Amino acid sequence: MTTDIATPATPKKAVTKKVRRATKATKNRGAVLFFIAPFSVLFLLFYILPILVAIYQSLLTVEREGTFGKPTEVFGGFVQYARVFQDDAFWASILRVLTFGVVQVPIMLGLALLLALLLDSPLVRGKRFFRLAFFAPYAVPGVIAAVMWGFLYSPKLSPFTAITSEINFLGADLVLWAIANVVTWVFVGYNMIIIYSALLAIPSEIYEAARLDGASQARIAWSIKIPLITPAITLTAIFSIIGTLQLLAEPQVFKSFTSAVTSTFTPNLLIYSTASVPNVNLAAAFSVVLALFTFALSFTVLKFTQRKAD
Amino acid sequence: MSATTTPVKKHNGPRESLFSRAGAMLVMAICTFYFLVPIWWLFVAATKDRADFTTSAPLWFADFNLIENIGNLAAYRDGVFFRWMLNSVLYAGAGAAIATLFATMMGYALAKYSFRGRETLFNVVLGGVLVPATALALPLFLVFSQVGATNTFWSVFLPSIVSPFGVYLARIYATSSVPDELVEAARIDGSGEVRTFFTVATRLMTPAMVTIFLFQFVTIWNNFFLPLIMLRDEKLFPVTLGLYIWNSQVSQIPEIRAYVIIGALLSIIPLIIAFLSLQRFWRSGLGTGAIK
Repeated sequence: MTTDIATPATPKKAVTKKVRRATKATKNRGAVLFFIAPFSVLFLLFYILPILVAIYQSLLTVEREGTFGKPTEVFGGFVQYARVFQDDAFWASILRVLTFGVVQVPIMLGLALLLALLLDSPLVRGKRFFRLAFFAPYAVPGVIAAVMWGFLYSPKLSPFTAITSEINFLGADLVLWAIANVVTWVFVGYNMIIIYSALLAIPSEIYEAARLDGASQARIAWSIKIPLITPAITLTAIFSIIGTLQLLAEPQVFKSFTSAVTSTFTPNLLIYSTASVPNVNLAAAFSVVLALFTFALSFTVLKFTQRKAD
Repeated sequence: MSATTTPVKKHNGPRESLFSRAGAMLVMAICTFYFLVPIWWLFVAATKDRADFTTSAPLWFADFNLIENIGNLAAYRDGVFFRWMLNSVLYAGAGAAIATLFATMMGYALAKYSFRGRETLFNVVLGGVLVPATALALPLFLVFSQVGATNTFWSVFLPSIVSPFGVYLARIYATSSVPDELVEAARIDGSGEVRTFFTVATRLMTPAMVTIFLFQFVTIWNNFFLPLIMLRDEKLFPVTLGLYIWNSQVSQIPEIRAYVIIGALLSIIPLIIAFLSLQRFWRSGLGTGAIK
């Protein structure tokens, strides 16, 4: 940090404050260390280190002496990455989750936004009940939600056999959207609560004037509320995109309901099946590429929405 | 179901038309149906015996056998299901508690002390928020297999006590709700820094801490990829992994289906209780995270 003590324009007060701060920091070094050490050590061990190990593993390749010789790991440079880029199943799975995300994320967030706005408007009675009803599915783990919906989609056991005996939700054409429905069911309420909390934080004086001018609730929502809660919506969008690319539990469960979900259905399923072959080096390379892809995409969304807000 | 009416605060202004009120309530009703019917179905299905499950109306009760079903589940394979529940409670309860403590300490330090590298540290942690748990499962497996510690309690427990999102939330919350003056006053009274944190700061940060605890609890409870990839020993399974394995065996062992359903119901009850009882806290805590 640069200190401007030499600059004559700096007000005296600021200088003393800065100096005091500096001494305080040195004095409390022990306390600061006590506060940050536990988290930092664990973060290093279980976030940073695994990423480094994955990168390292992805640069190795297994060599055997002869066909049945002892396998040894040797440095292979970007051999695994070359395989990743030639792996059609991997890119097909990426394309599949992207298709999924392009449709599912807007529907889910649109519904979450609509419900949050309705809960925040004077149009609805019984808000407490609805808030809890919509949020309840979030308490259902993805695996359990997938098991439940597996029964609900079943042509024989479903309460809606009138529909499910006609339409095969678990067939190759629809299973992706059947999974999208499970994810939507679980996460609408969660996103709704985040958006709703942001709406509650808006002081109501801001739209008092609009209300007195006779603006409708829809108009107030569109012109005043939505622009003010853009940061919350961006946050939910980024978490949703990350979630989409990481899709695993739901399709993994659906594998036992239908053969339409293969072991390369989503990138993480592919990583899991590659790792259990076992080909950990290739699986590590898949992981690294997927992580970079996820990071790049959420970063792009962040930048895009920030630019739009300016 | 009788809806509890909250007092409507924003009542000054023109009354909304009946048409838009009716439209809004219709949307709410349809969504309530969509969100609650699957849970209702699960509850009803869990009360039926095997014959009724396939023959009676799926959305209404036949003979009420919930208690018998739970009894059968407890007897099945020496009650391994309840062992899984206990494991989940341990992984999620103890894990979330420790994660909350460490994240709060870290967030507090980032908010209330200036030290070299503070912003860098915070940005690295923020980067961690963008790395989802599933993406780390395989890398964690590689780390634990290096030290031969896969298939242990710790291989699932230790990674879940790190919550970057918790640090983010704690920092924002500490900045806005723990006044510098108060920390300073405690200092003048001769309270040590650590004591000030535990006696003054944690009290003011309770809403944020409850939020961090709950969301970390849910994250761990729902975590699936990490135990799936780490654990082989059935005795260490969390309930999600156990039920997943059972569900994938339904076609070979048909009677297991009843256990999957009753187990699924029992596995969501702790989370529903946690959310209902603590909602006053987590809603205000979440609000802080979303505004900034």
